[in-house]
This record gives sequence, C-alpha cells and structure tokens, in this order.
Amino acid sequence: MSPEGVWIAIGATAAGCYLVKLLGLSVPAGALERPLVRRLAALLPVALLAALTAQQTFGGEGGALVVDARAGGLAAAAVALVLRAPFLVVVAAAVLVTAGLRALG
Amino acid sequence: MPERNQTPQTAQTAQTAQTAQALRTAPVRPAEGDACTAPPSAGDRGDDRGDDRAVARDALGVGVAVGLSGFAFGVTSAGAGLSLAQTCALSLLVFTGASQFALVGALAAGGSPLTAAAGAFFLGTRNAFYGLRLSSLLRLPRAVRPAAAHLVIDETSLVALAQRDRRAARIGFAVTGISLYLLWNLTTLLGALGAAALGDTAAWGLDAAGPAVFLALLAPMLRTAAERATAGLAVLLGLGLLPVLPAGVPVLVAALAAPLVLLARGRRAGRRNGGEVR
Repeated sequence: MSPEGVWIAIGATAAGCYLVKLLGLSVPAGALERPLVRRLAALLPVALLAALTAQQTFGGEGGALVVDARAGGLAAAAVALVLRAPFLVVVAAAVLVTAGLRALG
Repeated sequence: MPERNQTPQTAQTAQTAQTAQALRTAPVRPAEGDACTAPPSAGDRGDDRGDDRAVARDALGVGVAVGLSGFAFGVTSAGAGLSLAQTCALSLLVFTGASQFALVGALAAGGSPLTAAAGAFFLGTRNAFYGLRLSSLLRLPRAVRPAAAHLVIDETSLVALAQRDRRAARIGFAVTGISLYLLWNLTTLLGALGAAALGDTAAWGLDAAGPAVFLALLAPMLRTAAERATAGLAVLLGLGLLPVLPAGVPVLVAALAAPLVLLARGRRAGRRNGGEVR
C-alpha cells in the first residue's frame, strides 16, 4: 500500500468519524430516536466487531482461512473475558499465548 | 434539572441497560481503581466540591486505564506497516479505538483505502448515538461543541451518562475525555516507537492484540438472542466471503447481518402478533 493511499484512508476515516460525532451532538434530540434506527445502531457494531474478530484471527495471505497461533491467543482472551479480567489483561493474554505458541511451534 | 434529561421510556431503558452493561466491561473494571462501580453514589451526602472531586477521580480512573491501551494500538499500527506519523495521526484525529484498529487491520490485509475507511467509519457511527444522548444531558454551548465532539466515544459517554446531574456529567465527560485523549496519544507514540525496536511484531504475538481488543468490546454486547444471532451471522459472512471478495469488502457485507437479523425478527414477530411489526 502506497503512503498516499494510507493517508487517504486516514483522512477519510478521521473526517467521517469526526462528522458522526459532531452530528450526534448537533441534531435536535429525537431525530435519530426512532426505535428501528436505534436497534440497527445497536446491532451494527456487534456485526462489525464479530466479523473483524473472526477475520483478524483466521485470515491468512490473500484471503485464505488459516488456524494458527492467533486462534490460541484469542481463546486465551476469551477465557480472560469469562474470568472478568481487566481490558489490558485480556489483550496481554492474547499476545502472550500467541507468542508462546509461535515460540513452541 | 435532571428530569429534563429523560428521553422516551424505551430508549431510556435500552440505553440504561447498555450503559450498565458497558460499565461492567473490561475498560472500566474495578481493577483499575473501582472507576465505575460507584460513581453515582460516591460522596452522596457530601458538599458539591466533594462530589466534584469524587466524579473527577472516578473519571480519571477510566481515562488512565483505557488510555494505557493506546500502547497496544501503537504497536499494532506500526506492525501493520504504518509509519510513526500515520500511526500518531490516527490517534490524534480519529480518536475512537475500535475504528483505528479496524482501519490498520484492513490496510494490513491489503484493503483499498476507501473500503478500509468505510469499515472504520461504520464502526464509528455508534458515537453519533452517544452524542444524541449527551447533547440533552450536557447542554453544551454552541462554541464548545466542535471540540467536545472529538471526545464523544464509548468511555466518555458511559462515564457522563452514569452521573446523576448535569454538573457531574459535565465534569465526568471532560475529565475522562481529556485524560484519555492525552494518554491515548502518548501511549500510541510509545507503542509505535516500541514496535520499531521489537522488529517482527508477529513473533511477539502482537498481531493478536487487534482481535483481542475487538473481542473485549464485543463480549458485553452479546446479551440478547438478536445480538448473538447478528454476531454469528456476521462471523459466517465475514469468514465465508474472505477468500472470494477483495480485502476490506467482506467486513462491510458482514455488517448486513444487523439489518438481516432485524428483518427476520420483525417478520417472525409480525406473524406471531398478527401484523404488529416492531
């Protein structure tokens, strides 16, 4: 990816994310309060986060699906979440287990 | 004054549940100094100044705990091949963690700039709904809004919404937002510098940080059947389409799981209730 392409992506993301933040603060209350819009807004991050978690765990070169050390790391993160560990501990568990599995493999 | 903050009952209930649930999530856990377990009751009978201090202290706890995780972002972004300036620009200008992780992940996977930005953008749209709740709660002067808008993210919103009146909500929002912004950017810089020193970030398992962050954000959202169905369908779509569609596109298609699940539930409810589609 060219540096220009990355900067374009950064600029577009920054502009888009800032504008939705400002939109929320600026529009009259009630404009986005319709139940359907609300429900959709609540489910959208669920869909995106689930897809991203799966893709960044099982995605390999060129779109191939692979099971590697990351899957073990994610399992460790899941266990940490079940044990109600703090955010940083969850991330650290995933990183350490992934690194450990790679060192062993 | 607080009663003016009431919104229609359904929205209020949903949001309250969401807030309560989100406050239980990892970023604001008691482990970091009982940040959010007690803010509404802290200093209940004390004078105003004691209340203000208690609110500020709790808000600072959240800001510091979550701000530290900017380190994971800096490392991940540098590991994905972004330069120091690009990594820092993301934390300075985008400042909403999930979108930042999503963008660098998509770029690392070879996604085009605009599909990568689209995924990050959709993830950021939830901040508009936080803003809606905050605008009636904080009643910010027009001149302050452009700057305050940048700080409208999960953590600042949840801290502000957990307070019992406008004054406390404003303090909670400002203290969380400013401390989190400063620390998130500082730790991003340190993480990006650290990653360069580490060399191959994959060997250190740091490519697992991104998905772990997503999972930590996702876990508390999986309470209802609709939420679980959406997540399951999104995983199937996201993984199933990964080999066939260009990088960055599958996650956008997977986002369709949300309207699809709503549609399916609406249909079913409609059949059951004889037409009353909710």
